[in-house]
Order: sequence, then structure tokens, then C-alpha cells
Amino acid sequence: MVSAVFHGPLEGAAAPSKAPHQPVRLAQNAAVKSIPTSAEGTKVMKEPSTARIDWRELALKVVPPVIGLALLVGLWALVSITTKGNIPGPADTWGQAVEIFSDPFYRNGPNDQGVGWNVLMSLERVALGFGLAAAVGIPAGFAIGRFTFLGRMFNPLISLLRPVSPLAWLPIGLLVFKGANPAAIWTIFICSIWPMIINTAVGVQRVPQDYMNVARVLNLSEWKILTKILFPAVLPYMLTGVRLAVGTAWLVIVAAEMLTGGVGIGFWVWDEWNNLNVKNIIIAIFVIGIVGLLLEMALIKLASAFTFDEVKS
Amino acid sequence: MSNASLTTKFIEIQGVEQTFKTKKGPFTALRDINLTIAKGEFVALIGHSGCGKSTLLNLIAGLTMPTGGALLCANREIAGPGPERAVVFQNHSLLPWLTCFENVYLGVERVFGAANKSTGAASESKAQLKERTDAALALVGLTHAAQKRPGEISGGMKQRVGIARALAMEPKVLLMDEPFGALDALTRAKLQDELLQIVTRTHSTVVMVTHDVDEAVLLSDKIVMMTNGPAATIGEVLSVDLPRPRNRVALADSPQYLGYRKAVIDFLYTRQAHVEKAA
Repeated sequence: MVSAVFHGPLEGAAAPSKAPHQPVRLAQNAAVKSIPTSAEGTKVMKEPSTARIDWRELALKVVPPVIGLALLVGLWALVSITTKGNIPGPADTWGQAVEIFSDPFYRNGPNDQGVGWNVLMSLERVALGFGLAAAVGIPAGFAIGRFTFLGRMFNPLISLLRPVSPLAWLPIGLLVFKGANPAAIWTIFICSIWPMIINTAVGVQRVPQDYMNVARVLNLSEWKILTKILFPAVLPYMLTGVRLAVGTAWLVIVAAEMLTGGVGIGFWVWDEWNNLNVKNIIIAIFVIGIVGLLLEMALIKLASAFTFDEVKS
Repeated sequence: MSNASLTTKFIEIQGVEQTFKTKKGPFTALRDINLTIAKGEFVALIGHSGCGKSTLLNLIAGLTMPTGGALLCANREIAGPGPERAVVFQNHSLLPWLTCFENVYLGVERVFGAANKSTGAASESKAQLKERTDAALALVGLTHAAQKRPGEISGGMKQRVGIARALAMEPKVLLMDEPFGALDALTRAKLQDELLQIVTRTHSTVVMVTHDVDEAVLLSDKIVMMTNGPAATIGEVLSVDLPRPRNRVALADSPQYLGYRKAVIDFLYTRQAHVEKAA
């Protein structure tokens, strides 16, 4: 089973943003307890001095990632020097990147389009495949989690099909849909449906029995159970499934596009390899990484906004 | 049956047995449970942990079905859970994504929002439902917390919302599963006093599971003492004839109160003490 816990790659990076909230929280504490204790009084008094210390904390949060990035660039430069320029160095690549990103949306025929178009086309495929998978997978997850019979019926199928590489489905997609684009979308659909089904089903099974007992005592209708109890309780699990699915989909689209061609970031990588333009391949790697990171960040924000404290425990 | 018998035999439990299937084979939790509860009576179920008190309460609630015997409420067999037998759960069981108001409203809407076939009552308007919800929250003194979520209020307040949710449905029977078990002694005493007042006003029939001897004597008309599990049954039923309204301070050195207290303690720690030794 897929773990239904939030792991944020940016948890550390998000921490400094909490600092500005601190005065507000202290003020709330003081308001709740009508007579603030002396300890709290001193905390409020110390507030200006902690603001000064924050600079050091901020530096400690910012400096290590910067060193990490510098290490990467340094290694890259070293590799570039030892391969005598077979792999272009950071400076060359940077120059090329500036050139590419100064005009990301040009169109010189079907096989020569700007990087912006390539990323957007890939994102469109991911959105379509993923959207279809969500539309099928989330209701299926609810049904499998809620009804034991359906769970027993489908769990062996899911266990059998889930470990299959989504790319193995690509020929089937090409055969059935007779086109590269729908086949790529089909591949995304297949790879992103499993985490959503599994996480939603696990979420439904983990809805505390107490809540279900409440539903039974209040004699709530199946619709009310779904909207007032199941859906809010399952939402965090579901969003974990969504996050895993988007991550996988973004991994798979690059490989799928390398095989299918057309316009897309994966095809762009392959095309630049055929042109032996290694600088562009390196740029593509960074672009894929950054887009993936942004997707992940957006979904973590979404997930934490919909998670209630008592659900987590 | 006449009305007189209904008032004395509002809830009837006849030869109930509850067996659970486990990996080690069937496990008998309860056997030979016979009990009648009158309308408006306050009954406490007391016993050591694992004696099946909560199992019995769940049976009355209809959350589980007995493997033998029958349970009747107002001459009708208990076939499943329903709002006429409201449950106050041990850990409050409020929905954390709804405000206190919405938590109470959920039950009110279900009971009074649709036309009731059995009583012939018509469905009530949104304003009436809201009024009922507000009244229930006012009853437990939580009008000010109506728009707060359960995560923002204290444990005692959550338990009061749980009681308000149960009472707002105007249940025939109020079933409480160690409602104050997780609270500190002072909050517990305060809520017990509140509950006494509410029950006096609403004339509710109450069945409460507890492991607190003082709570049982202070609140109940009848204390049902259970023997140790497995295969627990009712060991003794003690009628508590203390006059109402009851005052905990005045009762603290009343010989009658101390007598009841002694009787319960004697049952629990002298006659039913062997489980602790075995464990």
C-alpha cells in the first residue's frame, strides 16, 4: 500500500515563513487567557529581540541550500572540464538558456517550437490523462473502500496491474487509439490512476469507526454520510493520492513523449539528442525538475489547507 | 400493553447473550442479561474494564445485534441504531470539519427536518431547526462557542457539544458511554451537576456506562453492577433512593449516600476483585 503521509520536500524551506506569524499567535494566546501569566508577558516583551535573531536563523536556512546548489554546479563544471567540453559547462549552458528563454513561444514548423510550447503541451497531456484518471479513480476508490465486496473483487487486479511500467501500456494505447497523442494521454491515465484509487480506498477504510457510529445513530442518509463524513475525512488521503499521481505522471510523460514524438518536453529532449545539442538537454532536465517541483508544491499547499488536525491523529 | 407497564418497562432486556467471533474461537462477552428500565429512570452500568458495559450499551443503541435474547424499547424490538436512542460517545466523536453548531444541526435536521411518519409531525422550517440547535447549545451553556470547530475548544466543551447533539434530537433514551471518563475531576463534577439539572428538566431516560463509583451513586436511580468478563452478566442491581435534587456537597457526609457507595465498592473490590489478581 502506498503510504498516505505527507512528505514535503520543502518542509524545511517553508519554515522561515512561519516566523512572521509568531506575534499573531502570541497575541491570540494572551487573548484566550484573560490574565496573561508572567512567562507569557515576558515572551511578548522579547518579541523585538527575536526579530533580530531571525536574521541568523534565516541565514542558517538559506545558506545550506545555496551551498548544495553550488556543489552541484561545481561538480558539473568539473565533469565538463574532464570531458573536454563534451558535456557543456554551467556558463555555456546558462548563455544558451538565456537565449532559449528570451523567446520561448516561437513556431518554426511542427518539429521546431519554443521550449514554452513544449512544456505546455506536456502539461496539457498530463492534465488530460490525470484528470480522466481522477474522474475514474477517486469514485472507484470510494466504492472499493466503502464496500468490502468490491474491495475483495478489485484488490487482486490492482495488485497485479500496479507494478507494470506505464510505458508497457503505450503500444496498447497506440493500437487502440491509433494516434501518438491519445496514446501518451492513455499512458498518463494508467500510471496516475493507481495511487488515487489506493489512497482514496485506504482513506475510506480509515475513517474512524466513531464517525460511522455517529452516522448510524443519527440515521444519516448515504448522501449525507458521503458529503458530511466520508468526503471530508478522506480528503487528506485523496490529496496524497493526487500528489503521488501527479508526480508519477510528470515522470512518465517525458519517457512517453520520447517514444511518441510530437511536441512536448520529452520529445524536445530526444530531438536535441538527435541534434547532439547537449546544452539543451541539460536545460530540459532543469526545466522538468522545476516544473515537477512547482506541481508538487502547489499540491502540498492544497493538501495542508484541507487537512484537519483531528483527522491526522 | 397498558401505559402503566410501558412506564415501568420502557426498555426490556431479555436473556441477552453476546458472542464475538475471534481467531481463537467464539468469545462470550455477555450472557443472561435481564434488565428492565422504567421511563425517566437514570441507570448506571458499572463494572471493571472488559466486563462488557459498553457492549451492553451498544446493544441498547442498536449498533450491534445480540447473538441471543431480545432487546425491546417501548415494546418494539431494537433492530438498529436510531435518533430516538441517542448516544453520547466516550470520546465525543464530533466531526472536526464542522462547527459546534453544524455538529448539533446535523442530528436536528435529520430528526425534525423531514416529516415524521410515526409521530405524524410535519417537517420544520430552517428557522425552527436553527432555533432547536441554538436551544440545545444554550442548554449546555455553549452559545458562545457555536461557531467554533471542535479543535478550538476544550475537552469538557467538546463533551458538552456531544451531549447537546444527543439532547437536541429529543431522544426517548439517552445512552452515555463513559461520557466524562476523559475529563479532569473538576470538569467532570461540573458536567455531572449540569447533566443532573438537564435530566431533571427533560425527564430523560438515561443509561450511562461509568467506572466511577461516586458518579454512579450521585446520578442514578439504579446502579447495575456487572460481574467480570468473559461471559459477564449482571451481578447485582442497587436502587438508589436518595431524594432529588441531589447536592454533592450535602451528600458527601450523608450516611445513606456513604452506604450506597460502600455497597458498590464492596461489590467491585471484594466480590469481583479476582480479575486483577489473575492479570
